[in-house]
Order: sequence, then C-alpha cells, then structure tokens
Amino acid sequence: MSELLAAQGVTLAYDGVTVARDVSIAVPTGRVTVIIGPNACGKTTLLRALARLLAPKSGNVVLDGKDIRKYGTKEVARRLGLLPQAMTAPFGITVGDLVARGRFPHQELFRQWSVEDEEAVRAAMRLTRVAGLADREVDELSGGQRQRVWLAMVLAQETPLMLLDEPTTYLDIAHQLDVLELCRKLNREEGRTLVMVLHDLNQAARYADHLVVMKEGAVVATGAPADVLTVELLAHTFRLEARIVTDPVSSTPMVIPIASLERHD
Amino acid sequence: MVALLAVTVSVAALAMTVGTFRVELADVFAILLGRGDGGVGERIVMNIRLPRVLAGVFAGAALGASGAVFQSVSRNALGSPDVIGFTTGAATGAISQIVLFGGGPNQVAAAAVIGGVLTAAVVYLLSLKGGMVGGYRLLLTGIGVGAVLGALNGLLLVRGALDDAVNANLWLAGSLNARKWTHVYPVMLGTVVVLPLLALAARRLSLMEMGDDLARQLGVAVERTRLLSVFGAVLLAALATAATGPIAFVALAAPQLVVRLGGRSDLPVVGAAAMGACLLVAADLITQLAPLGANLPIGRMTGIVGGLYLIWLLTRGRNL
Repeated sequence: MSELLAAQGVTLAYDGVTVARDVSIAVPTGRVTVIIGPNACGKTTLLRALARLLAPKSGNVVLDGKDIRKYGTKEVARRLGLLPQAMTAPFGITVGDLVARGRFPHQELFRQWSVEDEEAVRAAMRLTRVAGLADREVDELSGGQRQRVWLAMVLAQETPLMLLDEPTTYLDIAHQLDVLELCRKLNREEGRTLVMVLHDLNQAARYADHLVVMKEGAVVATGAPADVLTVELLAHTFRLEARIVTDPVSSTPMVIPIASLERHD
Repeated sequence: MVALLAVTVSVAALAMTVGTFRVELADVFAILLGRGDGGVGERIVMNIRLPRVLAGVFAGAALGASGAVFQSVSRNALGSPDVIGFTTGAATGAISQIVLFGGGPNQVAAAAVIGGVLTAAVVYLLSLKGGMVGGYRLLLTGIGVGAVLGALNGLLLVRGALDDAVNANLWLAGSLNARKWTHVYPVMLGTVVVLPLLALAARRLSLMEMGDDLARQLGVAVERTRLLSVFGAVLLAALATAATGPIAFVALAAPQLVVRLGGRSDLPVVGAAAMGACLLVAADLITQLAPLGANLPIGRMTGIVGGLYLIWLLTRGRNL
C-alpha cells in the first residue's frame, strides 16, 4: 500500500517528559485511518507530530517521500490540513470570513484573493452545508454548525491529507454521526486521505478503513477493524471486559462493554 | 477608514487655528503649502502648532497600532500597552532620567524608549512557559510588573529634588503642550517604518487568534511572528510615550472602536492607527477648547474618558 504520510521511529516529548517512544505508522493513501487508545496514550501528540506542530526528539515524519522538516511552513499547509481539538472563533467573525482563512497557505503577499480561492471556499461551504450561514456570526451558531464551519475552513485549504483530532467531541450523537458521514464523503467522493483520532470504539470500527491502536505511547496494533478489534486487545489495551458482535447495520465489529478491568483498591 | 482619515485631517486643521493667537483656517493651509506671509502666524503654525498636531497624530497612530497588536497577541480586550505596564516602564525610564540625571527632551525620550523595551523584555520572559506565551499569563505578569514600576515611579518622585519632581510630574501627566520638532521626529520616523510592517503581520496575527495550533497548521510561523510583532508594538508604544508622556487608554480604546465601527475580518492595525490619531488629536483639541481656564493635560483627559469607556466595556463585554 502506498503512503503519503508516515512516522518512522518517532519519540515525542513535552517539556522533557516522553509521551510516545519509537512510534512508526504509515497512513495509507486514499483511506480513512483512525487512531484509538485510552486517555493519555499519546494519540493527539502523534497527530500533532504528523502535522509538524511538534518536532520529534528522534525519528522522522515523512510527507510525500521527503522529511517533513525539509518543507516550508506554507508548503506543508498546502499538503496537509489539521483540525485541532481547541480553536477560538475571533469575536464577531462571519462564517464566510472564517472559512476564507483556510486559503492562507495558497496566498502570497501580492496575490491575495483569486478565483481559485473563491471557488475552494464555495465548494467547502457547500460540502459541509454551511453556505446558507455565510453571513452569520460564528459565535451565534450551534455546536454542530460550528464544527461544520471549522471543517469547512480546513476543507477550503484543499489539502490531499486531512488530520482531525476528535472532530466529534462536545457534539450530541446525531451531530457526531453527521460529522463522521461528512468525513466519509470527503474520503469517498473527494478522494482525500483522512487521519482521525476518535474516542468511541464503535464509531472507529464503523468509519475506519485502517485502525491504529495506541497504549502508553506505543502502537500496539494496526490493521482493518475486523482484524484488530478482539476481546484480548480490549482487555489488554483498554482494561475492558467486553464482547464483540457484528454491527447489524454496517457489518463491522461492535463492542459491547461488560465491565472495567481496572482494580479499585 | 477613509472617513477616519478625513476626520483626523479636519480636526488637525481646526486644532491649528486654535490658541491665544488666532490663525484663520485659510491662512493655515496657505502656510502649510509654503505660501505664508512669513509673519507671526507662520512662525506660530510652523514652530508651535504643527509640531503639536503632528506629535498628536503620530503618537496616537503609534498607540492605536500598538494596542491592536497587543490585544490580538493576548487575545484580550484589556491587553494594551498601558494596562500591561509597558507605558509605566517607559515612564520609569523617563523619570529616572529627569530626576537622577537631569537631561533634555532627547535624553528623556531615549530613556523612555529604553525603559519601555526593557519592561517588555522582562514581562515577556516572565510570561514564557515552555517556550510559549499564553494570553492571560502575559496580561497578569504585565499588570504585576506595571504595579511594581508604578510604585517605583512614585518613589523616584519623592526622592528627587523639588524642581525635578515637578518636571517629572508634568511629564507624567502626558501632554502635547510645548512639543517641538525634536519631540516629533522619533515617533514620526518610528511610525512610518514600523506601522507598515505590523500591517503586513496583521493577517498572521489574526490567524493566531484562532489558536496557535490552527495558525501553525495554516502555515504561520507562530512564535517568530509573535516575537517580532510584540517588539514592533513595544517600540511604537515607547516612542509615543517618549514624545508625549504616558497617555492612557488610546491604545486600549482605538482598536475596539474600529472593530465596533466596521466589523472585521482581519486585524485592523492600520484602522486602529487612524483611530488612535483621530482620538488623540480630537482629545487635544477638546482640552484646549474646554472652559477650564488652564490647559488640561491631555493624558488626564484621555484618562477620564477612557476610564468611563473601560467601565462600559466591562459591564457589557461578553468575551473579556
């Protein structure tokens, strides 16, 4: 399988505290990769390193066959987009203006706004169904709408690779599915390669082509959800006693939790 | 924007007619275009009123732009150079010069710039945490450092000789009275050079308001942009303070007013500069026209108006 993006033996640390050690993953091109793992397993940190927001202490992140450090900042931003967990909409900004900011890496000092920019913003807003909100202020939108607006911004960046850090957090279940369906559409119809960090195991199993399971800063399993998700893995990685059945809707593995295996003493 | 500039120019022109010696508006324009009659009016306009107005315009512009940058970097409407201690630091520099060494306006101006830049460096370093500067951290550190420096300023005034202390106090009130060309040049030059650079950085700064990670993934070199913009903004605030003494609230209010007048997409650095210039020149005109007999120092004037504005902002603001 060819790959656009890969981590090769990366060790990641914040303020000298090692969060992930010697991690290697390959992101298959044109697929949806989902990273799962218990809290503090280093999945967000890995995602930040893949997007060059965090420099590895050792090892390389390789983008399109070249060390990611060898690209210019804007060049990286034209190849991969990241939706972080926390963003702030500036006071009083409209949806249209916010989405348009995704075009920054395509603009230069003396070529500020072009037809392609206009077209990319319009397409992004149509796909995420926020075109009707263009003149509204972002502050006054609901959580689900707001998340779609942020997605539209990263979408307008027109990168072949999109990294999304828990795009469903703080959304109710219907809006979670809404966002995930949208992501699948971006992958299937637009051919974008996606990497997502998700919390919900069943959503991960349903939407991932390729699953990466992390625990304590290391990758413990990778592969198709049906191969990776086993009773043993759940017990070992998530400290969860569970049964696995087949999701009657999507025919993917479905985790039925039974009990926590954490000892409370 | 154009309207703001027009208002600024009209107010400035009006300000030049006002004073003990009345000069008609038509004469003012004639003199400025080099067609004066060489009389008393021309000397008054060229040597007294024009420097005064220009000091107001450029100091106001510098404060407005500086405020816009600081509010963006700290992501807080209160993050302006007068709140986070930089103006106080510039004052400490200036008062030290006046009280401890004597020295003319040039030395005082230089000392103010040094004081402002040093204060900024101290605040920046103290608010660094793991190589990053957080908004609230910067704000709170700045307020703390500002309080210490304010006390130090008071101490310097008490310790100094009476004449020096009076001089220092006059300077502390912030005033456009008796500004000469030597006051104008530094702030004018600084504004002309630094303002365009800050205007170029404005887009990156507004992307950074959405969060460092998001800005960085859009291709902004976040820490470098922040450091250079803060340096430029500190320089502007210090130069303005050197020219006029500490003038409160222009830096705080100008960017907010521009945003509320015009809506926004990008950080309005140039708009805030225009608004700052307009505010300061207008405030100066009002202090001259005010029926208080004596010339009210403009710093006190902006303090009164700005204080009321701040209270209004605090009572209705939803994202401070």
